Amino acid sequence: MAIATKSIKFLVLFTIVFTSFTAFAGGDSPSSDKDGEINTPKGIKEYIKHHLKDSHDFSLFSYSNDAGERKHIGFPLPVIVWTSNGLKTFMSSEFHHNDDGHVLVEKGDTKLTKIHGKIYELDAGASIVSFDAEHHATNAHKVLDFSITKSVFGILLAGLLMILGFGSLAKGYKKGAIPTGVGRILEPLVLYVRDDIAKPNIGEKKYRKFMPYLLTVFFFIWILNLLGLTPLGFNVTGQIAVTVCLAVITTIIYITNGSKDFWAHTLWMPGVPMLLRPILAVLELAGFLLIKPFSLLVRLFANITAGHSVVMGIAALMILLKAQFGTVGATGISFVLTLFLTVIELLVAFLQAYIFTMLSALFIGMAVEEHDHAHDH
Amino acid sequence: MYNLIGAGLIVIGGGIGLGQIGGKAMEGIARQPEAAGKIQTAMIIIGALLEGLAFGALLLGK
Amino acid sequence: MDIFNDFSIGLFAMQLVILLVLLFLLAKFAWKPIMNSLEERESGIEDALEAAANARKEMQNLQADNEKLIKEARAERDAMMKDAREIKEKMIADAKEDAKEVTSKLIASAQASIEQEKQAALAEIKKNVADLSIGIAETVIKKELASKDEQIKLVEGMLKEVTLN
Repeated sequence: MAIATKSIKFLVLFTIVFTSFTAFAGGDSPSSDKDGEINTPKGIKEYIKHHLKDSHDFSLFSYSNDAGERKHIGFPLPVIVWTSNGLKTFMSSEFHHNDDGHVLVEKGDTKLTKIHGKIYELDAGASIVSFDAEHHATNAHKVLDFSITKSVFGILLAGLLMILGFGSLAKGYKKGAIPTGVGRILEPLVLYVRDDIAKPNIGEKKYRKFMPYLLTVFFFIWILNLLGLTPLGFNVTGQIAVTVCLAVITTIIYITNGSKDFWAHTLWMPGVPMLLRPILAVLELAGFLLIKPFSLLVRLFANITAGHSVVMGIAALMILLKAQFGTVGATGISFVLTLFLTVIELLVAFLQAYIFTMLSALFIGMAVEEHDHAHDH
Repeated sequence: MYNLIGAGLIVIGGGIGLGQIGGKAMEGIARQPEAAGKIQTAMIIIGALLEGLAFGALLLGK
Repeated sequence: MDIFNDFSIGLFAMQLVILLVLLFLLAKFAWKPIMNSLEERESGIEDALEAAANARKEMQNLQADNEKLIKEARAERDAMMKDAREIKEKMIADAKEDAKEVTSKLIASAQASIEQEKQAALAEIKKNVADLSIGIAETVIKKELASKDEQIKLVEGMLKEVTLN
């Protein structure tokens, strides 16, 4: 009981610390608001949209100083792009926080600019970006962008945390059978993944081979989900590219490890009329190659994106309700609601990591399963 | 406009489905409390599959 | 389709590379030793439990053995005592029988010797009687030779003299 109360206290403290910053979290402010202050519904919408996207620099918050200048607190990240003239690298600070193509960075013959978080290369001869009616650049094209963006930074951070945490856990076992320090928290989680996710879904015999992937993915997603709840404003697992990558790896793993039975059942289903078999094969293949990975990637992406949108939207009530309830009232309402939502988001962060790992294990289990052919189909 | 209505319909359908899954799972647990763990796991898997479907439709329809 | 517009090949590539490197590093330096140690520990615990169960079983076996031994010893002792008692009784009975036999033999031999003596004594008496009779007869015969009256007188006188027994 004492532990439960303690952990609840800790949870409350944790969420208070997190929620009190969430309102300020996110990328740099979009330049649509001229003075940089965000206080209109449209501005908030833009800000949330902006936060959900990846960005090329890491900013914690911005403020206007006495002289009316907009100051950004944060640090630039390296930009690495593959242009038509080869690899170009520079720091994102060269864009001066501009996001609508007005600042050009010249590297040799290449002119680069940033529009809505994407880096464009101007066509040869152009010296200023021109836009069409829908605000699409007409004389610039996207480049292959291998920059260390905020998401890549987040991925690296998560990777570093995992290597440190689990490295120390692994080292701890050399000293004794019972881990100390951080390992005490991590070990039950490892056991949880092994005993509650891998073993029941893949089977006692074959689970061992897939443990490294399942453990890595579980902790990777969970840590990134939790990082997304910190005031650092990461939204890594809400990037479609990241979830696509995870789903693709899962798909490759279960396709390459498919047993004979799996392929036999997928491509030439026994026990159904001959005419139906090709149709079933197409359906099964579509299921394994498209639908299952798609559901994996979309679920994670949509849950995290939706979570971030809602938490930020609720936090924005602080600004929107100021006129009706006054500063204190609006902040109070927004604080209570955000606290509540953040607790749910903490749960979702774990649940999504769990479900992704669980479904990966389930699909792998389906693929590696071997039927005993005692019964004739 | 129409695709938004479609997405809305799909979300309603998904909601009904999730409710069914949750409700039936609760009934199952009430009937056989010792099988709660297994029922819960199956419930989460099916719920997750349904959720994926609903989210997919929502994003495609947006 | 906003979300596919947001898809960044660069981010995908970076994520793929980082994740694969991370997977490799963790698998090599973290998951493998962790899983091995966990399994080692579990098998260690299992072994210890099994050993404890075995020890308990052995204990029970030992106790059972002890009890069995004690029981056997007790049974042996009882048997021995019974045997001893039987032997004792038999010895006593034997001794009694022997004694009886010896006494009866002694009695029998005593009776036999008494009989013998009696017979001998009777024989002696008979001999003596015969001798006397012969002596008397001699004398009688001697007197008869002299006179008949004398002979009768003699026999009567001798008969008067000699009293049998």
